[in-house]
Amino acid sequence: MTASNLIEIRNLSFARGERAIFNGLSMNVKRGKITAIMGPSGTGKTTLLRIIGGQLKPDRGEVLVGGRDVARMSRRQLFEVRREIGMLFQSSALFTDLSVFENVAFPMRVHTALPEDSIRDLVLMKLNAVGLRGARDLRPSQLSGGMSRRVALARAIALDPQLVMYDEPFTGQDPIAMGVLLTLIRGLNEALDITSLLVSHDIHETVSIADQIFIIADGTVVGEGTPAELKDHTSSKVRQFMHGSPDGPVPFHYPADDFVFDVLGQ
Amino acid sequence: MLKLTRQLGRWALDRIQSIGRATTMFAIALWGLPGRGDVALVVRQIYNLGILSLVIIILSAFSIGSVLALQFYTQLARFGAQEAVGVGLALVLLRELGPVVTALLFAGRAGSAITAEIGLMKSTEQLSSMEMMGVDPLRRVVAPRLWAGVISLPMLTAIFNVVAIYGGVVVGVEWLGVDPGGFWSGMTEVVELWEDIGKGMLKSVVFAVLVTWIAVFQGYDSLPTAEGIGLATTRTVVYSSVMILAVDFLLTLTMYAQFQ
Repeated sequence: MTASNLIEIRNLSFARGERAIFNGLSMNVKRGKITAIMGPSGTGKTTLLRIIGGQLKPDRGEVLVGGRDVARMSRRQLFEVRREIGMLFQSSALFTDLSVFENVAFPMRVHTALPEDSIRDLVLMKLNAVGLRGARDLRPSQLSGGMSRRVALARAIALDPQLVMYDEPFTGQDPIAMGVLLTLIRGLNEALDITSLLVSHDIHETVSIADQIFIIADGTVVGEGTPAELKDHTSSKVRQFMHGSPDGPVPFHYPADDFVFDVLGQ
Repeated sequence: MLKLTRQLGRWALDRIQSIGRATTMFAIALWGLPGRGDVALVVRQIYNLGILSLVIIILSAFSIGSVLALQFYTQLARFGAQEAVGVGLALVLLRELGPVVTALLFAGRAGSAITAEIGLMKSTEQLSSMEMMGVDPLRRVVAPRLWAGVISLPMLTAIFNVVAIYGGVVVGVEWLGVDPGGFWSGMTEVVELWEDIGKGMLKSVVFAVLVTWIAVFQGYDSLPTAEGIGLATTRTVVYSSVMILAVDFLLTLTMYAQFQ
């Protein structure tokens, strides 16, 4: 474990039922950088985040976060490590029975013994950072998709975590919300000196923001590098993905019998 | 034949596994509770499950009490024993109908709500996000609902009994003209504190544990899809109802039956 890496994954294997999702996957996430994990849908990008967060146990391999193996921790140790991790879920996952303010205050209330007025100041600071200080009294059901993702982001950074994981942050966002999110992710990364790990298949946005990109397919890393390096990668799989070509090593057609044979039934 | 055996085996294994999961969940949820900050959560769930069920409980209780009084009256009047309406009403309600009907209504009103709520929290990743924030959803979401259910249902049962007897009084005494002195004195003479009220409430506590346990488990274990939550909600009501009736028979058998 070198000091410059916050996360080190070594030889990770994970299967769901019969289906192998990861097969000997290894990667390092550098401290203080924005690292993106990309790949076609269904390659287990979200699963990888859950393994790093300790919600799923790998079948084989090590997942070191800050030098400690998440897969071999007790429930209690795991919950301690998670205080250092903020996660932004794809569905934002705001608590629907709490107001915006209470959502952001939630992690502070359960993990700190801060007096009420300090919590209020901190929550307003976090909400201000995402531009939603004025929305503090709204309910999650009253927020637009972009707004709820920003509230979820404010909640994810509530305890000043070392690591923030973003699960498909750009999916289903309008261009303005997308721009806001990009600015926020970049801005927070620099201002708070956090490590950002981002899972996405939106190439354009991800390329514009990431320092380092890993492309996973078939259960392992097929390409890694800076955005510029990956554009001219030697692997045709990586190039197909980066350029969004509909056909290539990942075929356009789901495996099927010959078309002529299928239609004419001969 | 082999296929059938295999399917049967798989089904049995699934059931056993799910009972195992339910038991683990139950144990973890109750472990270490109630803590300092948890009282407010339990109180809030008592409001959701108990107070919000009051309307349906009171309406049903009143109508069941008045219908019972009508039936008792028509039968007893043939022997000129109208005053026994009070006794019959009290015994039937305190021993059987009160705990059972309240539990059935509670399963439909509150149990289904618990399952749907927890299922939806699961499907919108709220439970996962809690876990990722280092908060155990079993303690934060499941445990308060379990406790609140176990506290609420016996109280609702007591309210049900009182209102149902009042319904019987309205029909029997006020309307059909049973002598109020005979009605009340018959009731107070026969009804015993432990034998009738105590055992009835004990039944209600057992039903409370069953219904809330089934409800939280079905929600927590549901498939996080629209279809999965619908199925889980149905299961809560069906399993709860069947369990209430079956367990009630067993309880009555052990509590009251005398074989000579």
